[in-house]
Amino acid sequence: MKVLVAVKRVIDYNVKIRVKTDHSDVDLTNVKMAMNPFCEIAVEEAVRLKEQGVATEVVAVSIGPKAAQEQLRTALALGADRAIHIETDERVESLAVAKLLKKVIDEEQPQLTILGKQAIDTDNNQTGQMLAALTGQPQGTFASKLEVQDDKLQITREIDGGLQRLELSLPAIVTTDLRLNEPRYAKLPDIMKAKKKPLETKSPADLGVEVASKVSLLKVETPAERKGGIKVGSVDELVDKLKNEAKVL
Amino acid sequence: MSLLVLADHHDGHLDDATASVIAAAQQIAEHAGGDIDLLVAGENIDSIAEAAAKLDGVTRVRVADNAVYAHQLAEPLADLLVSLADDYAYVLTSASTNGKNVLPRLAALKDVSQLSEVMAVDSADTFKRPIYAGNAIATVQSDDALKVMTIRTTAFDAVSQGNSAPVEAVDTVVDNALSSFVDEELAKSERPELGGAKVVVSGGRGMGNGENFKMLEGIADKLGAALGASRAAVDAGFVPNDYQVGQTGKIVAPELYIAVGISGAIQHLAGMKDSKVIVAINKDEDAPIFQVADYGLVGDLFEILPELESKL
Ligand SMILES: Cc1cc2nc3c(=O)[nH]c(=O)nc-3n(C[C@H](O)[C@H](O)[C@H](O)COP(=O)(O)OP(=O)(O)OC[C@H]3O[C@@H](n4cnc5c(N)ncnc54)[C@H](O)[C@@H]3O)c2cc1C
Ligand SMILES: Nc1ncnc2c1ncn2[C@@H]1O[C@H](COP(=O)(O)O)[C@@H](O)[C@H]1O
Repeated sequence: MKVLVAVKRVIDYNVKIRVKTDHSDVDLTNVKMAMNPFCEIAVEEAVRLKEQGVATEVVAVSIGPKAAQEQLRTALALGADRAIHIETDERVESLAVAKLLKKVIDEEQPQLTILGKQAIDTDNNQTGQMLAALTGQPQGTFASKLEVQDDKLQITREIDGGLQRLELSLPAIVTTDLRLNEPRYAKLPDIMKAKKKPLETKSPADLGVEVASKVSLLKVETPAERKGGIKVGSVDELVDKLKNEAKVL
Repeated sequence: MSLLVLADHHDGHLDDATASVIAAAQQIAEHAGGDIDLLVAGENIDSIAEAAAKLDGVTRVRVADNAVYAHQLAEPLADLLVSLADDYAYVLTSASTNGKNVLPRLAALKDVSQLSEVMAVDSADTFKRPIYAGNAIATVQSDDALKVMTIRTTAFDAVSQGNSAPVEAVDTVVDNALSSFVDEELAKSERPELGGAKVVVSGGRGMGNGENFKMLEGIADKLGAALGASRAAVDAGFVPNDYQVGQTGKIVAPELYIAVGISGAIQHLAGMKDSKVIVAINKDEDAPIFQVADYGLVGDLFEILPELESKL
């Protein structure tokens, strides 16, 4: 079976962000970028399915600027077979990403599509669910375990109260949670090999999708900084402060 | 311009989160006008509907009671919401795992965007929401005819209970051939629910193992607190996944948050830095958690915790 994975280029999760002085957005100039961590988990899961003989082909897709090809090359180095880059410099909201991915699914007909649960820049947590809606497929969000059995998918989801197990018909859309797997690092020879793997470029127009959104970003601000407090010298002092100063005990 | 709120519930109880979503809906209604309907969907949910009718600000409770809505599976719930959405200008629910699962599916079926984790209402169409792990706050304007959003419940004070809103049945039944429920493992705890607790005691990798979390339980028992954890503690298997506080776990804002053996990575801070009072216990005096802590205590948690428990 064919597996499609969606990978997003985002700010590296270790970087402390800065807001632009004109408050139009976050400043991403000269900032280290990387594959969204939840997408790394998605790629890893797809590659493991291939290693287990469940998947026959892994295709990685990314929507974004030219530089998003770096993240696609990373996916190829990690074991994806080929990549599709949908190139645009515009801000593409989750709904438009889902529409573009739907077109890719229409063409590629994967049995399973894996996305991250959340992009760590917009913190949206929407695209997989939207893609499932648009394709009419079942959704297994926040997955911590998945298993393909014939034409069904058994999935364990991380939910607020604990864990939930579902059975989904295939084709299906899955989004990854942190405990699904531990992604591997790309090895140098694989990085070299990845340069020769096929990477196809398209535009949103080629796919007939309008990326403009009805949601506009008016302003981006830095939240009120929390002031650090004091260090206390002992448990007694701590308990005293909590009782008599903060009055929370 | 009415609003529809999808209720959160589990084990036959209405979740506290819903009362905060109603508060957000009231703020929107101040700008946009309109009734606030509360939809309770599930199976055998009479007691939940009863609790829902008591929430102030609710115009009417709509109850969809059918086996297909049991376990809150996204596919049938989104279809149910689609069948009702034409009567509304807004559909809201909490940013719980359930809300995050269902609402984007509804939004896409209606060809509209979704706003996640809304934390402030500026006007009928303009809202604030956190991005980049809460290190930036975006003000966004939505021109969609139907506005679909999940609400960050810690940012809105729950409405009170004194209402007796009418309860009406919704007869819509959808089919679901796509997904089926197998089973679930839900944490059974006498403690308050993490998202709404007044006091939270969280442990990190520094706890060393799951057994050591008993030391936090003793303190939590004395304070009537919920237990939380960092991602590292969950990944290491010390505690279950539903303990995780942070950017990609639960958002909490209690009166008192005690972080023990937690370094204070931005992803963790994203989930707890709106707490009223923060206490950090860590042996590394340079740990970033101290930068947000009102009271920091540098030292070995294995010595500090027993003493703290005995002195509370
Ligand atoms: C995509 C993504 C999402 C993430 N989401 C989250 C999230 O939602 N929530 C979250 O928490 N993290 C999240 N993280 C992980 C985050 O980056 C950190 O790795 C994590 O929070 C670290 O957990 P920790 O503080 O318990 O562990 P560490 O950083 O290892 O810190 C352990 C601390 O314990 C202290 N310590 C050790 N022994 C003792 C002792 N005996 N006495 C006192 N102190 C002691 C140490 O000094 C240290 O400061 C995410 C990461 C990524 C990439
Ligand atoms: N521009 C994009 N290109 C490829 N995949 C994306 C893009 N945006 C979002 N996704 C996928 O959707 C997931 C969730 O993103 P979001 O819903 O935006 O939080 C990500 O982890 C990716 O798998």
